[in-house]
Amino acid sequence: MYDFGVTKLMGLALVGGLLTISAAGQAYKAPRTADGKPNLNGIWQAVNSADWDLLGHAAAQGPVLSLGAVFSRPPGLSVVEGDEIPYLPAALARKKSNQADWVKLDPEVKCYLPGVPRATYLPYPFQIIQSQKTIMVAYEYAGAVRTINLEAPTKAPADSWMGWSNGRWEGESLVVDVSSQNDETWFDHAGDYHSDALHVIERYTPRSADTLNYEATIEDSKVFSRPWKISMPLYRHVEKDAKLLEYKCVEFAEEVLYGPLRKKPRTNP
Amino acid sequence: MKYRIAPWAAVAALTLTVMLIPAPAAGQALATAKAGKVWTPPRTTDGVPDLQGVWTNNTVTPLQRPKGLGSKEFYTDAELQALQSKEKDRLAKNEEEGLPTEPGTAADVHYDFSEYGLDRGQSKMVWNHRTSIIVGPEGTIPPLTPEARQRLAEKRAKAKGHEFDGPESRPLGARCLVRENNGPPLLPTAYNSNLQIVQGPGYVVIESEEIHDARIIPTDGRPHIAKDVRQWMGDSVGRWEGNTLVVDTTNFTDQNPFDGAQNLHVTERFTRVDDETILYQFTVEDPGMWTKPWSGELPITRIQGQLYEYACNEANYGLANTLRGARVAEEEAAKKAAGK
Amino acid sequence: MQSRLLLVTAAIAALSFGQAARKPGAPTKAWQAPRTPDGVADIQGFWNNSTLTPLERPKALGTKEFYTEEEFAELSRRVREGKIGAEADLGAAAEQTLRYDLSLYGFDITKATFASNRRTSLIVGPEGVVPPMLPQARKRNADRAAKNKGHEFDSYENRPLQERCILLGQERIPMLSGPNDNNELQIVQGRGWVVLLHEINHDTRVIPTDGRPHIAQRIRQYQGDSVGHWEGDTLVVDTTNFMDIGNFRGSGEKLHLIERFTRTAENTLLYGFTVEDPETWATPWTAEVPMTRSEGPVYEWACHEGNTMISTILNGARVAEAEAAKKGK
Repeated sequence: MYDFGVTKLMGLALVGGLLTISAAGQAYKAPRTADGKPNLNGIWQAVNSADWDLLGHAAAQGPVLSLGAVFSRPPGLSVVEGDEIPYLPAALARKKSNQADWVKLDPEVKCYLPGVPRATYLPYPFQIIQSQKTIMVAYEYAGAVRTINLEAPTKAPADSWMGWSNGRWEGESLVVDVSSQNDETWFDHAGDYHSDALHVIERYTPRSADTLNYEATIEDSKVFSRPWKISMPLYRHVEKDAKLLEYKCVEFAEEVLYGPLRKKPRTNP
Repeated sequence: MKYRIAPWAAVAALTLTVMLIPAPAAGQALATAKAGKVWTPPRTTDGVPDLQGVWTNNTVTPLQRPKGLGSKEFYTDAELQALQSKEKDRLAKNEEEGLPTEPGTAADVHYDFSEYGLDRGQSKMVWNHRTSIIVGPEGTIPPLTPEARQRLAEKRAKAKGHEFDGPESRPLGARCLVRENNGPPLLPTAYNSNLQIVQGPGYVVIESEEIHDARIIPTDGRPHIAKDVRQWMGDSVGRWEGNTLVVDTTNFTDQNPFDGAQNLHVTERFTRVDDETILYQFTVEDPGMWTKPWSGELPITRIQGQLYEYACNEANYGLANTLRGARVAEEEAAKKAAGK
Repeated sequence: MQSRLLLVTAAIAALSFGQAARKPGAPTKAWQAPRTPDGVADIQGFWNNSTLTPLERPKALGTKEFYTEEEFAELSRRVREGKIGAEADLGAAAEQTLRYDLSLYGFDITKATFASNRRTSLIVGPEGVVPPMLPQARKRNADRAAKNKGHEFDSYENRPLQERCILLGQERIPMLSGPNDNNELQIVQGRGWVVLLHEINHDTRVIPTDGRPHIAQRIRQYQGDSVGHWEGDTLVVDTTNFMDIGNFRGSGEKLHLIERFTRTAENTLLYGFTVEDPETWATPWTAEVPMTRSEGPVYEWACHEGNTMISTILNGARVAEAEAAKKGK
């Protein structure tokens, strides 16, 4: 049986304390890919109701009364830091009118490409496939996809719905600069929108083996008085053989898009 | 920034400003796998053959062998050269191959693809000696089984007279749902016949430019998804056999890529044979559809640049206008009938 | 609806007779609550806050805050004998119209327990009554009632929250039992959290005790937003963010509630609360309600799932309108 001297005990306690301090002070370090970068490969999903409303919101009646509780707005805490979106006065009026008529106006209803960052926090999974020069992010919703260029940044040839993404590694984080998004997408069902001056900078930082910390800084001088930021965790799908399935929702938006042009009204649900 | 209104069913597309590659000299025509070239491809950092990059399968080679060629599977060098000149001429003369331009025909109404850089001759093309993508003495899709013939006849009969009733009466491509050419199998399409391959540990992704479909293929040996989960592009699982990626796809719906095939099974093989070329081979089978399986082969060649976004549904004026046109035509017919 | 309704003339169980009544100034007994594995006071278990003590002090008693032992014994005896007595007495919650014969449902009223309490009212202090309502609150509530006048049966939206099974009343915070209803409460503690499950309407409050702030002002909830912390062995819960409809005794959305939970004996949980709403009452006011340990388990209260009240009431209104219309023709 050991008989620890006091000094020995104190020494152990000190070391233990230091270990605790250093563990708390250091950020999580993710396992590496074969080329030495933080490994972001996997199927991820946000778990919140940001797609309904980025700001904190109580539960509320949904837009289709006959769907009752199945399609009512769930409550949610804000994903916007400071719980405020700094609209310019004229732009705020437009947000409000968007919100009042969102079922008609929200592009997501028509299965249109969601843009960035909305694609990240849609309530559906997406997959990151990480290679040396390129990261492809494939989203289940609408088969949306974007390619993040990891080599020297390139310029967008034209505006697009999902924008043009150039990425680089900063320590443990993947930083993605997204430019050249058109003005057609929204941020959520609450009418939050932007112009074609939108510029988004994302950060994906592993925070544990199965979670990422996702941040997006949004700036658009035509709509907001200053940049603002959203943040949320992303959770890994850990179930065996997790897989994205097809969610080609164009089919389900056709009645919305072309219903009035039918020869006869649609009879089946 | 304004989009250009794209041709072909008026589906909007961003143009791919790929370098115009003239038809290569005869000697550079791609050899087929038969030549048995053995070339060791570089590996990804995960130690598997590297298929990554941006590629095209744009070609003049038809899927099925032209009638009259019988069992001729390969052109001679001279014949291939002649094809290449013919293609060059066609582009120069701005003609749509073999199609009349009489007023009222599609070719006449159609616009000049080359104005938009969308003529196939304006993009890098895959040249090879094959007379058809489908290999073998016949070079054609095998006959349908009697049941399939019956099934398709019934389907067509049902659809007759309803071709413009609503969106679901229109072709899948016109609805911006899925492009038949992406299958699988991957077949060339009229323009923007481009794809990008990205590999991550345990996965190969093939993104077809039209309609931004990313086929994510796991190579970890997992089984297919449940039988009754049907997807437009099926369910793909892959594995490496030496330097070849073998992809097995099932779980298709019965509408795509071959209308009426209820139990389609497609096997694809991707082998990089040199720096600029992937040899792409496929076998298609469905005993309820064709009397026997059929196989094809088409090289895929590297191109410069990145895929552009093909936001099909977002600007699908074509479908709306087609239906609107049908409604107008009906109204006018009704007025005529009422003697107005 | 599976409520355990009780008649006023129920027996008082002789539980913690002496310990529940605390005289101000008297030294608290040196009883220490056991700890949970996380080192906080253990207030877990099934509790019942049924009481015969009225919320407000009977007028005749003036500033008298506590009955003497003798007075209390006498009153208890009378209640046990079924003599409710005048409105001023213990158990003087108004007699309710008998809804149903509880013995039909196997509810044995002689087994009911009440926490003993020598207070003359739940509201503490010399006044012992709810402070006067401010004129603005009176107006606010009157306006709301006026708006509904003549429309009480138009739609489910015009019916009270109780009828809609949204907020029945007894589970509403602050927690006060109704005169007739048995109030089961289950408390479970996990590290950094306390859960209060009310049997009535299965209302569940999940309260963090990690010192976090309230949620955004913009988010309003029927039961507000609760955050808790420990002060010694007392759990203190602070609640704001109430909605502005169906509020506690006519208060508004500025309602601020502070609750205190202290286990004072093996089978006694002392529950105290202070309410303030500068737009409703001139001053805050405080009440104390002893809770006594109950047997459990908590049953499922599937109010909405068995709610035939709303449809019956609205249907009746539609029938009445149709008949009135016929008569009119």
